[in-house]
Amino acid sequence: MSKLAPRVGEPTHYSRIWTFRTPRARLALWFGWLALVALFVWCWQLMNEGTMWMFVADAPRQAADIGSRLFPPKLGYLPELLAPLWDTLNIATLGTLGGVIMAVPVAFLAARNTTPSATLIRPVALLVIVTSRSINSLIWALLLVAIIGPGLLAGIVAIALRSIGFVGKLLYEAIEETDARQIEAVAATGARSSQVIHYGIVPQVLPAFWGISVFRWDINIRESTILGLVGAGGIGMKLQSSIDTLAWSQVATILLVILATVVVSEAISARMRRALI
Amino acid sequence: MNHARQYPRHWRRPPQIITDRRWRRILPLAILAYLILALGSLEIDGARLIEGLERGARFAHGFLQPDFTSRWGDIRQGLIESLTMTLTATVVGILVSVPIGIGAARNLVPRPIYLVCRSIIAVSRSLQEIIIAIFLVAMFGFGPFAGFVTLAFASIGFLAKLLADDIEEIDASQAEAIRATGASWWQLIHYAVQPQVMPRLLGLSLYRLDINFRESAVIGIVGAGGIGATLNTAIDRYEYDSAGAILLIVIAIVMLAEYASSYLRKTLQ
Repeated sequence: MSKLAPRVGEPTHYSRIWTFRTPRARLALWFGWLALVALFVWCWQLMNEGTMWMFVADAPRQAADIGSRLFPPKLGYLPELLAPLWDTLNIATLGTLGGVIMAVPVAFLAARNTTPSATLIRPVALLVIVTSRSINSLIWALLLVAIIGPGLLAGIVAIALRSIGFVGKLLYEAIEETDARQIEAVAATGARSSQVIHYGIVPQVLPAFWGISVFRWDINIRESTILGLVGAGGIGMKLQSSIDTLAWSQVATILLVILATVVVSEAISARMRRALI
Repeated sequence: MNHARQYPRHWRRPPQIITDRRWRRILPLAILAYLILALGSLEIDGARLIEGLERGARFAHGFLQPDFTSRWGDIRQGLIESLTMTLTATVVGILVSVPIGIGAARNLVPRPIYLVCRSIIAVSRSLQEIIIAIFLVAMFGFGPFAGFVTLAFASIGFLAKLLADDIEEIDASQAEAIRATGASWWQLIHYAVQPQVMPRLLGLSLYRLDINFRESAVIGIVGAGGIGATLNTAIDRYEYDSAGAILLIVIAIVMLAEYASSYLRKTLQ
């Protein structure tokens, strides 16, 4: 018997070539891809049951048609857009303001280290945050237009309600990440709980708070430009009426104005946030 | 002697954000002026608001006692459209955004390709889903196909940008080690880049799936199919109990998707 003969139980064959994965992992991966492709094909068929392929095939011609109508944007329309633009900015700003004011108490109730009751109040605060976050501001606007009537107020309330979840979530995470030693030091001086919040927690979360608010304001500018599509005021109303009357050159002008507003607000918010941090 | 008397007896917290005294005076005034101007341009119709209270109460009632059954056929159809649209759009979005994301990473490709891919990303990101949807509905006709194209297009900007930023931040020494073995560009992508960015790409894809579902509930308002169209119809018909049911379903699915995707991302990373 040769010395080199393999012992019992030892693998007799070693692969000489290094591979990325073991055969078992490759098989599992292959099945995973197969399942994904099957799911995709199934969904695709289900989705396109009612699709008129004639219209889809027609798309390039339609695109060229719309493009040609869009093209010389009607710049004479600009002066008419100034008042709706001011309304849009107001919707975003006042909505952010309202949202932040409502979000702060919710965040303090939701943060594990400041909530008065972790079993009773915290889940309610978290539910408020989740509900506000999972409904888009356009849907909030749709509801509010039906309830309080078309106009700026519906837009402002929609933006405010949507902002609660965003600001509340980020703020309560910031509150939970505060340094417990600083809070303890303030508490050790005999401070009341309101004083602990004022001197121990607020200084720690203030930069985050302003950063989050400015960030949300920037997002809100973006969202408030389209709220008018469902009747909640601002430049979106002009967009909707221009589309309804097939005035595509006006649509092009409005889109340019929206784009410029978004770019400017993004630049402002980026600068402010850099200054804060 | 005089000095000691002027010394403040009470400590006050020093200002944290705006330390310049002049700005601390001007800013509140500017904000007040803005608020007066902005609130002045608001037109609030008191009578309409009071009428709204009653409708609001009816809506709250509908939300508390949702009616799932009487419009179940429409809701089911809308949900199927939304879910299928979300999945197909995310898959196609990932397939398209991977090459664009690689092309937009400065450390992998020559400058012209980088600029082209970055501008594709900028175009996709600067337009909102709903505005894209308006145009695509005009092009492709009503229904979920337009919604699918909208979501896929919007996913490209999101995924490609984050993927490109991630590739630019990979550990360069690993890439250099693979390159030192004489690997080709494709092998470099496969053995050095892909293992480093794959966990994050998976996480981002799941996150985008989540976002796409939320968006699919919105773009139906302009005719791109999905649950948003059903919701819009329900509200137009003043069927607040059906609308409440739809919203509850949307919230439930969003919550489920969010928890599932955050759980999956945690196990993957």
